[in-house]
Amino acid sequence: MTVSDTAWKPAASPPAPVSAKSPRNRTNKPARSRRWRNFVWVLPAVLLLGVFAYLPLVQNLGFSFLKWDIYSGRQTFVGADNYVRMLNDPIFWKSLLNNTLYAIISIAFQVFGAIILAAMIEGLRSQRWRGILRAVYFVPSAISLTVAGLLFYFIYEPEMGILNAALDVLGLGNFTQAWLGQENTAIFAIIAMSQWQGFGYCTLLFSVALQRIPSELYEAASIDGVGPLQRFFSISLPLVREMTGLMMIVTVSGAFQVFNEVMVMTSGGPNNSSQVLGTWLYRSGFVRNDFGYAAAVATAVFIITLVLAVIQLRISKKRRVQW
Amino acid sequence: MVTRSAVLLVLGRVLVKAFLIALAVVVVYPLVWMLLNGVKSNSELFSNPFALPVAWKWDNYVTAWNRGVGDYLTTSVLVTVASTIATVFISAWAAYGLTRVNIPFNRVVLILILGGLMLAPTVALIPLVKMFQSLGLYNNLWALLILYTAFRVPFTTFLIRAYMMDLPAEVDEAASVDGASKARAFWQVILPMCKPILVSTVLLNILFTWNEYLFAMVFTSGGALQTLPVGLTNLMSKHGTDYPVVFAGMAIAAIPVIVLFFAGQRYFIRGLADGVGK
Repeated sequence: MTVSDTAWKPAASPPAPVSAKSPRNRTNKPARSRRWRNFVWVLPAVLLLGVFAYLPLVQNLGFSFLKWDIYSGRQTFVGADNYVRMLNDPIFWKSLLNNTLYAIISIAFQVFGAIILAAMIEGLRSQRWRGILRAVYFVPSAISLTVAGLLFYFIYEPEMGILNAALDVLGLGNFTQAWLGQENTAIFAIIAMSQWQGFGYCTLLFSVALQRIPSELYEAASIDGVGPLQRFFSISLPLVREMTGLMMIVTVSGAFQVFNEVMVMTSGGPNNSSQVLGTWLYRSGFVRNDFGYAAAVATAVFIITLVLAVIQLRISKKRRVQW
Repeated sequence: MVTRSAVLLVLGRVLVKAFLIALAVVVVYPLVWMLLNGVKSNSELFSNPFALPVAWKWDNYVTAWNRGVGDYLTTSVLVTVASTIATVFISAWAAYGLTRVNIPFNRVVLILILGGLMLAPTVALIPLVKMFQSLGLYNNLWALLILYTAFRVPFTTFLIRAYMMDLPAEVDEAASVDGASKARAFWQVILPMCKPILVSTVLLNILFTWNEYLFAMVFTSGGALQTLPVGLTNLMSKHGTDYPVVFAGMAIAAIPVIVLFFAGQRYFIRGLADGVGK
């Protein structure tokens, strides 16, 4: 009767009992039909997801074996041709590399940078300052990636942007350049914007995790004469380990789904140097009218995110047992 | 010795605080710059990017509004309200069905719904375009409403379900002693008790829908049907040389969610923290 799902829920709180059988419910009707009538509670969710999330997933796999012109509607089965083309396509590999760069840099700043920041914030004595800083750092995460992308498009702009202007003021005029207009800087400029946009979100979550650590641990360590740096390494860091694991997966998974900011800032240019899998998929399908190929790229994205999701599930399962 | 380490400690505290405040300034400055640029003239933008506006040109906002931002905002509000309501209700029903009602294939349904958490919208994009074209819903707000709801139900159900599981069993027993049906127990007892998590999920869904770009860009092409994120990129490409108006449009898109975040901070944090793994 109860929802037995230890996998999704800590054992600490007992699963919610469901067996509230009212006398009224015990009618003459067979129990089975009553159970099926109860299905109506989950039906809308199941239908929506089945038709608009799972069905397209299966269809996508089918499309990836077709050569398909969306305007004429002509479809021909081409076997693994799209995948062969994909694996021989330098822009596909460039995109994959850019997604990987995105992931690595985001782990450095948004996971490890955020832990350090959160520890600094939670170490402040003033409750008020802690609240203010957490909220201020989060503000960029509240605005859309479109606004953030456009804003940084202007910040990087050579004529009116504040990045070059600030470099000039600091006497670093030699470094001024068209950040988004050059092949070797474009993707890094986009990734930098994304760090600005996302680090506050991670900092906030690590702050919450740090607040859950019993303060007696820190007090005991203080009395023993343990300094703040050592307290960070021997108490804080080990005790947010699971959150760190989860955040790494969430961040990497997000890095392989990047689309919005690249589209707004460079559309993958110049010369495809800032292309990522999402924008390359879009361009292949909707600009180059090569839907079969786009579906093959989508399958690649699916495999990557699926693997990451399975790892994430394992981490959270393990954690739940330990808790 | 004691005094020296005490001095170091105080110095460390001061440095940490100074660093955190400096970082806050660096983080916020681009947003302030955006707001200021929205009230400058075009020539001011290029003369000195750090200068304050000479005359505050608030009519840039009016211009932005008349050049389509008004329409985009209306569409965004409409889509956000509709999909948030649909998502939260459908998810709350599902969460109730999964936690407090005896349904067939309970386990399968649970995996099906929560498994949606790992689906990337890009993966489904190509088939969805074909599907909505054949349904005649391409370039139609129904497409956005349906897709936003479908792709947000897993996360929302996840949050509400976790909350419902923590409600004590006596609640259901009390309701059934009163002779309330499952439906009445849901509407009159369980749903009101879930209010805190419902507020969190409403806020998180507003944030998501208001800012979503991929589906909005692919599934709408007509001017008045576009939401703010897509509309802004149009404003940029159509009136690209009138930058202050673009900045004003960006501010119009950004301000509502920033205000919302500060107003509902507590609920946002709860939803985000629970969402990563309770």
